[in-house]
Amino acid sequence: MAEVQHTKGFQIISDWLKTSGHSPFSFQQEAWQHILKNESGIVNAPTGCGKTFSIFLGSIIQFINTNHQNYKDKKNNNLQLLWITPLRALAKDICRAMEEVISQLELKWKVGIRNGDTATAERANQKKQMPEVLIITPESLHLLLAQKGYAHFFKSLKIIAVDEWHELLGSKRGVQVELAISRILNSQPHTVDASCAVWGISATIGNLQQAKEVLLASANTKGVIIKASLEKKIQVESIYPDEIEKYPWAGHLGIKLAHKLIPIIQKSNTTLIFINTRGMSETWYQTLLDVCPELAGSIALHHGSIDRELREWIEDNLHSGNLKAVVCTASLDLGVDFRPVETVVQVGSPKGVARFLQRAGRSGHSPDAVSKIYFLPTHSLELIEAAALKSAIEESMIESRVPMMMCFDVLVQYLNTIAISDGFDPEQIYREVKSTFCYSELTKDEWQEILFFITEGGTAMQQYDDFKKVEIENGLYRINSRKIAMRHRMHIGTIVSDAMLKVKFLSGGYIGVIEEYFISRLDAGDVFTLAGRNLEFMMIKDMTVFVKKTDKKKSIVPSWNGGRMPLSANLGKKLRQTLNKALIKNKEEQHDELLALKPLFDLQEKISHVPKEKELLIEQIETKDGFHLFVYPFEGRLVHEAMAAILAWRISSIQPITFSFAMNDYGFELLSDQPIPVDDTNVYDLFSPENLFTAIQRSVNSTEMAKRKFRDIAVIGGLIFQGMPGEKKKARHLQSSASLLFKVFSEYDSKNLLLRQAYNEVMEQQMEEARLRDMLERIQHSKIVITFPKQLTPFCFPIKVDSMREDLSSEKLEDRVRKMQQQLKS
Amino acid sequence: MQNPIAHTINQNTFWVSPERVLFWEQENTLIVADVHIGKTGHFRKAGIAVPQAVYKEDLQRLMSQIYFFKTDRLIIVGDLSHSKANKELDLFTKWRKDFSLLHIDLIKGNHDILNENWYKEANIITHSKQLVVTDFLFEHEANSEKELSTLADIAYTFTGHVHPGIKLRGQAKQSFMFPCFYFGKQNCILPAFSKFTGTYRVIPQKGDAVYALTGTEIIKMG
Repeated sequence: MAEVQHTKGFQIISDWLKTSGHSPFSFQQEAWQHILKNESGIVNAPTGCGKTFSIFLGSIIQFINTNHQNYKDKKNNNLQLLWITPLRALAKDICRAMEEVISQLELKWKVGIRNGDTATAERANQKKQMPEVLIITPESLHLLLAQKGYAHFFKSLKIIAVDEWHELLGSKRGVQVELAISRILNSQPHTVDASCAVWGISATIGNLQQAKEVLLASANTKGVIIKASLEKKIQVESIYPDEIEKYPWAGHLGIKLAHKLIPIIQKSNTTLIFINTRGMSETWYQTLLDVCPELAGSIALHHGSIDRELREWIEDNLHSGNLKAVVCTASLDLGVDFRPVETVVQVGSPKGVARFLQRAGRSGHSPDAVSKIYFLPTHSLELIEAAALKSAIEESMIESRVPMMMCFDVLVQYLNTIAISDGFDPEQIYREVKSTFCYSELTKDEWQEILFFITEGGTAMQQYDDFKKVEIENGLYRINSRKIAMRHRMHIGTIVSDAMLKVKFLSGGYIGVIEEYFISRLDAGDVFTLAGRNLEFMMIKDMTVFVKKTDKKKSIVPSWNGGRMPLSANLGKKLRQTLNKALIKNKEEQHDELLALKPLFDLQEKISHVPKEKELLIEQIETKDGFHLFVYPFEGRLVHEAMAAILAWRISSIQPITFSFAMNDYGFELLSDQPIPVDDTNVYDLFSPENLFTAIQRSVNSTEMAKRKFRDIAVIGGLIFQGMPGEKKKARHLQSSASLLFKVFSEYDSKNLLLRQAYNEVMEQQMEEARLRDMLERIQHSKIVITFPKQLTPFCFPIKVDSMREDLSSEKLEDRVRKMQQQLKS
Repeated sequence: MQNPIAHTINQNTFWVSPERVLFWEQENTLIVADVHIGKTGHFRKAGIAVPQAVYKEDLQRLMSQIYFFKTDRLIIVGDLSHSKANKELDLFTKWRKDFSLLHIDLIKGNHDILNENWYKEANIITHSKQLVVTDFLFEHEANSEKELSTLADIAYTFTGHVHPGIKLRGQAKQSFMFPCFYFGKQNCILPAFSKFTGTYRVIPQKGDAVYALTGTEIIKMG
């Protein structure tokens, strides 16, 4: 094959780029070259430097080259490029960009969008005549696989492109993508030149090579990695409180610093303010308006629970530069660039280097502009994280995304999906499923068990059982019941969403969605905040929360469960190293952040100890709540939760004792009503890596962790039915909660594969044996310092406050914490 | 398994069993609520693979309690069945035939939507709203106080529907939720008999007696 530069397609594209004053980046040319050779791979490029074009234009060049006589006239070419994107919100912008190119090149291509927002008529049209490019989410792609004769859609498909693959990898939606790719590739006619290529587009992550292997596993090809060598300079600046609080606690300091943001907002064209949780973003939006009322009308609030139309309006106005600032959550992490954005503010810990870099990259778009990001701590200790982030960025220490393995729930859902459309041949599908990365370890026995589960519903009393789902007809596995098929289609979208309820005004008008879990704790008359409005809760009816407007000022800000990201291992390590320098007095060698925290560290050192990199600090403190044991491994919330469970189990095998746990990203707390027997004589044994596996297994059974994991699994695996429009009354008898199902399965079918998966997920993601073992081995080689402070210390204070949070409303909490701080100061 | 505990109301003795039934000694009657037979079947018919063993065990538990107390009469205060007829109900009918001498009363609850013939065939006497035995009233959901006053000579009421659960707290923020018998001043709410049911948290008022069922034991509170 000729070099790409000599092909007609390339000439046309580069001429077109020239007319708009551009020339192709070398990574784009490289990608086109490989696309023309029908190869697969990954393009590694940051947002906003033409990553979309590296694949999309490649597809067009390919088309022009094969149809160079009549490329401008050829219509209805069937699907050429399938564009999978994780966020619905991205589809519109990508579509717009592609359509612009197509019209300027005078092609007759069409670009379609297919996701939850696509109108029924549009879907029907697509079914009749697929556009050349289809932009789709993983869920909608699976819905497409639930259509009869779906193979027809993909028969001439040339490229499957997966945008933001780093974001999908490591989630169950990524597994959906793996399965869909395996099916599409195998559904195509087996001719040599029709074989379809698979391309991923990914930001930089620690395991890019593995990301490629996962994506291309079922394509059975090695593939290439193409790197865009466009480095952005990043400048991090911390915002300091005027006085360092010696007893920090999460969540309230940030707000106090809000006034310091006003000059930053006013100085730049447009500012994005990233907040970690949807709940806090509501509070921030209100606070900024309170502090600076003249911002009204030029700032907006953007998060995943806000009405789509409003979100789109905000995005449009970000493009046009009409907004001064947008308070947002991860909802604006991804996607096309908003050119007017000059400044980014990160409020609270970003929890990982990669995320921080991605957010910083949302500002400063001209090729050599410096991306500037401000870090605003939500409690003073977080300033250590700013210092750690700075040095992690210098060393480009970027996290990996660990791919999910053996998700039985997603597999069960997928098999039901393809049983709805054309039915499946178990031998064929077993081979395909096994060819994916996620299920490469799937055994024949497990496969049989899954088939048994979807056809027989597990063991039952045959003559008294009506189980019905997948039926076997002439060796094909199919779902025949229309009702079950319809329910299943409703279910496919549920991987992303928790049990969410719509929020509407009683007088009509949709506001957004909210987690059932939050609303279930409210009584009629309670006031809560959503989308920046104070709303009075009236009632729940048919999966909808009815509210009315209120002038009451006191309101509860919802906490969304998804809000809490754990600290990454990389950042944890950096934190421990950073603390090494905490007590250095020499200003030249010191990070500004640590210098500012000096008074806090001095107090910590005075009443307890500041741990060095090779030390583990344990504090034993007695308060009127009981006996506390605080441990600070700096490994992130999830690992701490696991470690707390293991430690509790080990201590309780010394003597009968019961604990409750609390944790944050820095450490964890065991609290008991009796003295906790941990001292210099046994502490190394308690943190020993020996018999770790047993300890994990024993302690995991005694915790709630598996139960929490089961919630998602039960929804995805189709055990929890969330109801469908128009059928709610009838479905009422099918309601059950995940915790009830967990109990029932544990007691009556403990070997059930979905239940087993819950435990496996805990083991792999939380009780992650390798990371725990690393930590314990590190501790064995460290000096364990046990102190017995007479009062709470600056380090333990945020953990203590966090554990009180659950039982108290926020206002009471404020009062109580203030009182605690007073007592400690005197 | 712990032995039943006696609870006295108006000189009548009611034995609280850890197996979620109440035995009325003077009338030799067993009282249960919210049995929800056929619930697993209803789920399974819709393609939701809930283990059927729950239902099997529920029936066995009911049977063993009938044997244990050697009772003549069973009063079900509502929600005997969960939804429409299915094959699991056939198992119940078959089971019923082995106890043909047992008198069964059902006060219909919101889930009891089966065809009248079914009850006839299963030899169950149904009561659409309430049943009065001596000076005790049985109904599915507690009536409002207004309606109660019209039944002035009623000493005490037994209801179900709520699936009551009680939260027990220890020190250091430990807490557990257990199904319970809730004896208030004027009425008793029975726990749901079926193990395929959730619990709704009740908060005891002063002077009320609550028996938490931990699985094998009964813990009396208040």
